[in-house]
Amino acid sequence: MKYISEFRDPALAQSLATAIAREADPARSYAFMEFCGGHTHAIFRYGVQDLVPSNVRFVHGPGCPVCVLPMRRLDDALELAERHGVILATYGDMMRVPGSGRRSMLTARSAGADIRMVYSPLDALALARDNPDRQVVFMGIGFETTTPATGMAILTARAQGLSNFSVFCNHVLTPPAMAHVLAAPGVALDGFLGPSHVSTVIGAGAYRPLVAHYGRPMVIAGFEPLDVLQSVLMLIRQVNEGRQEVENQYSRVVTEAGNTRAQAVIEEVFALRDTFEWRGLGSVPDSARAIRPELADFDAEARFTISEKQSREVKSCECPAILRGVKQPKDCKLFGKACTPETPMGACMVSSEGSCAAYYTYRRAETMAEMEAAE
Amino acid sequence: MSTILRPGAAIEMAHGGGGMATTRLIREIFARHFANPILDQGHDAARLNLPHGRIVMSTDAHVISPLEFPGGDIGSLAVHGTINDVAMGGAVPVALSAAFIIEEGLPLETLDRIAASMGAAARKAGVPIATGDTKVVERGAADGLFITTTGIGLIPEGIEIAPERIAPGMAILLSGTLGDHGVAILSRRQGLAFGTTIESDSAALHRMVGDMLAAAPSIACLRDPTRGGLSATLNELAEAAGVSMTLKEAAIPVRPEVAGACELLGLDPIHIANEGKLICICPGDQAEAVLNIMRAHPEGRDAAQIGTVGASMPPGTPGLLRMETLIGGMRVVDWLAGEQLPRIC
Repeated sequence: MKYISEFRDPALAQSLATAIAREADPARSYAFMEFCGGHTHAIFRYGVQDLVPSNVRFVHGPGCPVCVLPMRRLDDALELAERHGVILATYGDMMRVPGSGRRSMLTARSAGADIRMVYSPLDALALARDNPDRQVVFMGIGFETTTPATGMAILTARAQGLSNFSVFCNHVLTPPAMAHVLAAPGVALDGFLGPSHVSTVIGAGAYRPLVAHYGRPMVIAGFEPLDVLQSVLMLIRQVNEGRQEVENQYSRVVTEAGNTRAQAVIEEVFALRDTFEWRGLGSVPDSARAIRPELADFDAEARFTISEKQSREVKSCECPAILRGVKQPKDCKLFGKACTPETPMGACMVSSEGSCAAYYTYRRAETMAEMEAAE
Repeated sequence: MSTILRPGAAIEMAHGGGGMATTRLIREIFARHFANPILDQGHDAARLNLPHGRIVMSTDAHVISPLEFPGGDIGSLAVHGTINDVAMGGAVPVALSAAFIIEEGLPLETLDRIAASMGAAARKAGVPIATGDTKVVERGAADGLFITTTGIGLIPEGIEIAPERIAPGMAILLSGTLGDHGVAILSRRQGLAFGTTIESDSAALHRMVGDMLAAAPSIACLRDPTRGGLSATLNELAEAAGVSMTLKEAAIPVRPEVAGACELLGLDPIHIANEGKLICICPGDQAEAVLNIMRAHPEGRDAAQIGTVGASMPPGTPGLLRMETLIGGMRVVDWLAGEQLPRIC
């Protein structure tokens, strides 16, 4: 497949693996956080860990939008569908995430709530046009990658005078989450594999203040296995040479300034929330988007009253610590036993970008064996 | 001669009432397209003369949406699906039954087209539709048309197809490219339509299976990787046989168009449904001979060995099915959690 198979070439992978083995200093270890769940899955899907020496370790980051959404926000979305009787349109990833009492959008739907899976916010707009007598709420979720599309849907709804469309906005920002991880105690990171798709929107320049402040190298990496291997090599070189820079391995797509048109849409539609609750990270200042007051007609939080509620995470679920990179899925008692992709207890097991799902799907045998050995 | 197939005519509740309208529907659509000596006896129960021996029986309900798709329709799919299930038991298919649940309002033209395609598929396969039934339900109680087919077949002497016979060292063969059916359906789904030339692989595999078994009666197991795809089928077999299996990703045939669509949609071809492919597990020293026979059939043109059976392991061991990835790493190949594509067959 043109432009895909080139980035999965076995011979090139081997030569990168050889270079990594040659340059990685056996006297030390390297801990690199791949921020994005997309990278986590590429690493597992292709067995990238098998191609790097054992002293090069991947620490899985919080870049899984479904995983970091606190349960409270999911419970709020269920309330919109159940109590306010709206058509709730959502990306498929959200459907099986357990909320309070292990209720999910899927269980709510089978109990009668009108929840529809869509592939784009434009599909949600079409739902609003086709159902003029119903309120349609789009569950806006994701990092800077999906934020512009949600923004465009709102601008289109305004231009078309759609009065039955609104967005329940849960969009979050990458750099503040990275800063939070770096500032938190407990994780000694030697560098970041920077996001692919997020960076196409915000640009490589967006990370420079962060890298300068915390003094950790970053390489913006593509999602293909060769991208990951080459980025690891670039990170090892930065560490070995004592450099702390933002380097751009994914230069075939990511520019220094990013996608300025997408940024303009974000600026037009969204403001920054003072603070936002992340699962795992807690309250992170300036880390999430809200719809601007002048577009409040399209803001589900302004249009509907959402009740105060106490949302309780499953106690023994280690999702929060796993999202901070402090623990691994094997450190969770529930992994592979009470918590599987079929019966998930936490979001990290549900999302296709969650690290528990990656360990379960691609390395279950090894992980379960390590758990047994530890007992 | 008057016909019920007037332009614009649609199924009405009366077509299922058992009166004249039912008789005409059966006569002018089903009996006309399915005509064969057994059905033409006109009895409530078809009478078949079979030799003594081992008989397999299989049934399959088809609820696919849309009813007509690139490369087939629910009618031909219902014929192929059940013939293949019978063939995967190592049997020669003898006859099919077909039950139709039709939603009020289905255009008669559509029903006629699908019945014609179904009759043609059965004739081409040489397996008669020996008996059938028709029910009509109110608008909204079904989605156009559901078809259930049941098939029976005879197992030749000396053939023993069973997962328990899978043993370490055996070869895992796949008859062709993965994911064609699922992606063809997906490309026509409302809300997800994308331009593609991919056609469903829906096809009857019993003739190819007959030749394979004639040449290599020691074939241990045959399975068609339908819903859940290759990953579900091989995980099931590994569990049932209590063995590990190792696949080689680079050896698994996938059409570039299918691979491209999967990239775009975040799907993995190994989880996607197929309707004209089979997996064959046979002694390693016979793999080449069996592959050559498969490749001589149009349905097996792209056949390849995709892996081998490893050591015996107790069922329930995590990660029985593994794969060497394109870049040379190893990973578990898991069952798919939840549903990937509803109503795919």
